[in-house]
Amino acid sequence: MHNVGVILRRELRSYFATPLAYVFILIFLVLANSFTFYLGGFFERGQADLAPFFNFHPWLYLFLIPALAMRLWAEERKTGSIELLLTQPVTLWEAVLGKFFAAWIFAALALALTFPIWLTVNYLGSPDNGAILAGYVGSLLLAGGFLAIGSCMSALTRNQVIAFILGVVVCFAFLLAGFPLVLDVFRSWAPQALIDAIASLSFLTHFESIAKGVIDIRDFLYFAMLIAFFLLATAIALDVRKAE
Amino acid sequence: MIKTERLSKRYDTLTAVDDVSFEVQPGEVLGFLGPNGAGKTTTMRMLAGFIAATSGTASICGHDVETDTLAAKRSIGYLPEGAPLYGEMTVRSFLEFIADLRALSGSARASRLDYAIGRLQLTAVLEQTIETLSKGFRRRVGLAQALLPDPPVLILDEPTDGLDPNQKHEVRTLINEMSRGKIIIISTHLLEEVEAVCTRAIIIARGRIVADDTPQRLAARSRYHNAVSLQLESAQDLAAARDAIAALPLVASVEMSERDARLTALPRAGAQILPSLSELAARRGMNLKELHLESGRLDEVFRTITA
Repeated sequence: MHNVGVILRRELRSYFATPLAYVFILIFLVLANSFTFYLGGFFERGQADLAPFFNFHPWLYLFLIPALAMRLWAEERKTGSIELLLTQPVTLWEAVLGKFFAAWIFAALALALTFPIWLTVNYLGSPDNGAILAGYVGSLLLAGGFLAIGSCMSALTRNQVIAFILGVVVCFAFLLAGFPLVLDVFRSWAPQALIDAIASLSFLTHFESIAKGVIDIRDFLYFAMLIAFFLLATAIALDVRKAE
Repeated sequence: MIKTERLSKRYDTLTAVDDVSFEVQPGEVLGFLGPNGAGKTTTMRMLAGFIAATSGTASICGHDVETDTLAAKRSIGYLPEGAPLYGEMTVRSFLEFIADLRALSGSARASRLDYAIGRLQLTAVLEQTIETLSKGFRRRVGLAQALLPDPPVLILDEPTDGLDPNQKHEVRTLINEMSRGKIIIISTHLLEEVEAVCTRAIIIARGRIVADDTPQRLAARSRYHNAVSLQLESAQDLAAARDAIAALPLVASVEMSERDARLTALPRAGAQILPSLSELAARRGMNLKELHLESGRLDEVFRTITA
């Protein structure tokens, strides 16, 4: 675990060594707030909660998280530094986890910087702060799921643009899995069990139930298993393709 | 000790490394010699634990690279081909990162960092980001990273590639200094580099070991070893010069190229012909554009050995 921490700290520091971190955080905050106020009608609703804030997170993450994750492994493979890293006395798993957690902590930091909106809603009314906390937890888990997918896509290619596009597409599929748009395609021919299975894979279903303040262990398990699955896929993809 | 037994790496249709077996003892500086694509890098990557062998085994200081990977990696300082680094880091934070991964701590960490930084003269660029450094400095950071943990084994893939002659010399001096009690493997396609630093050379071609010998004996296999090449101002009296050189007792034969007015004198076995040739040139008042001693031609050694 020592090496996970070492790799994690290096990664985090490298985010801030380039403008990437500041650009990402700035865009995230600007978009999160504009969606809340303009599209979500934060004031017009007249309700003291953060539903219009959290509702847009999946769509915001759909583009921003793959942008954050695309460099994780594609850049290492492109520059060859992956060879330097993996010939140090570290295991592949330590490297995969270190990089993933660094990106996740970074996303958590960006999310934490939205705190003024929490202050605002508390100033304007008396919201259910438990539900808001649940919303933040759900949003963080969602970001983790997207990041794990992005990490896997980044391990598949040396090209960051391809990693980004693959990440968006796969994340989009996971988002839409619970929508009638996708389910109707299956509904005409597939058995109900399959439709339920596909619907249960949806990010949105799980995210929304947490974001509403309903803490269900199954939603946590869903995200934990999804993250574990895609990190395992990352490690397998790297093991096969790291030297190419 | 490093030991490989029938080490092979096969890709779909290509056999990159084919049945390579050798042993290296502490104190030896082994040079892998061969053209690009011969399998040098693939062999080194397998030794360093970056890629897995298709068949065969390799062990570093008694640790099998497949089954005891971490212990094997701990014994190795490795410079990958092209010395890839993290460009956005400063030299200091990069070396500290490596020290952390190598689990160096306390006074050992400080003294190893001081040693590596001092030995590769990185003090002036410590706070600079690596991407702003020249190629020579980057290579030195790569070398500093490899010798930082003071490993018993150093595997350096083309350590002097892209360096200017002074830097090449500096790196070779460093390798010579460190060789005591260590195992050092370097790869190169420069014969003169093998002669300058290696106690032993293995020539690899198409994934196979085709020669395993001391550099002196290897270089002596070249027809052009110790040959002297002269270039005259004009091709006018080229034939006369050739005949005069061919008449010298130590010269075995002379090759002539009229296009660039060049003569290459090949010595009899073991003979040094440069003194008598330069004396001859002075005596005959030849208008020399160039006169130099050849150390051997690698492609020619290859043709001889692999024919």
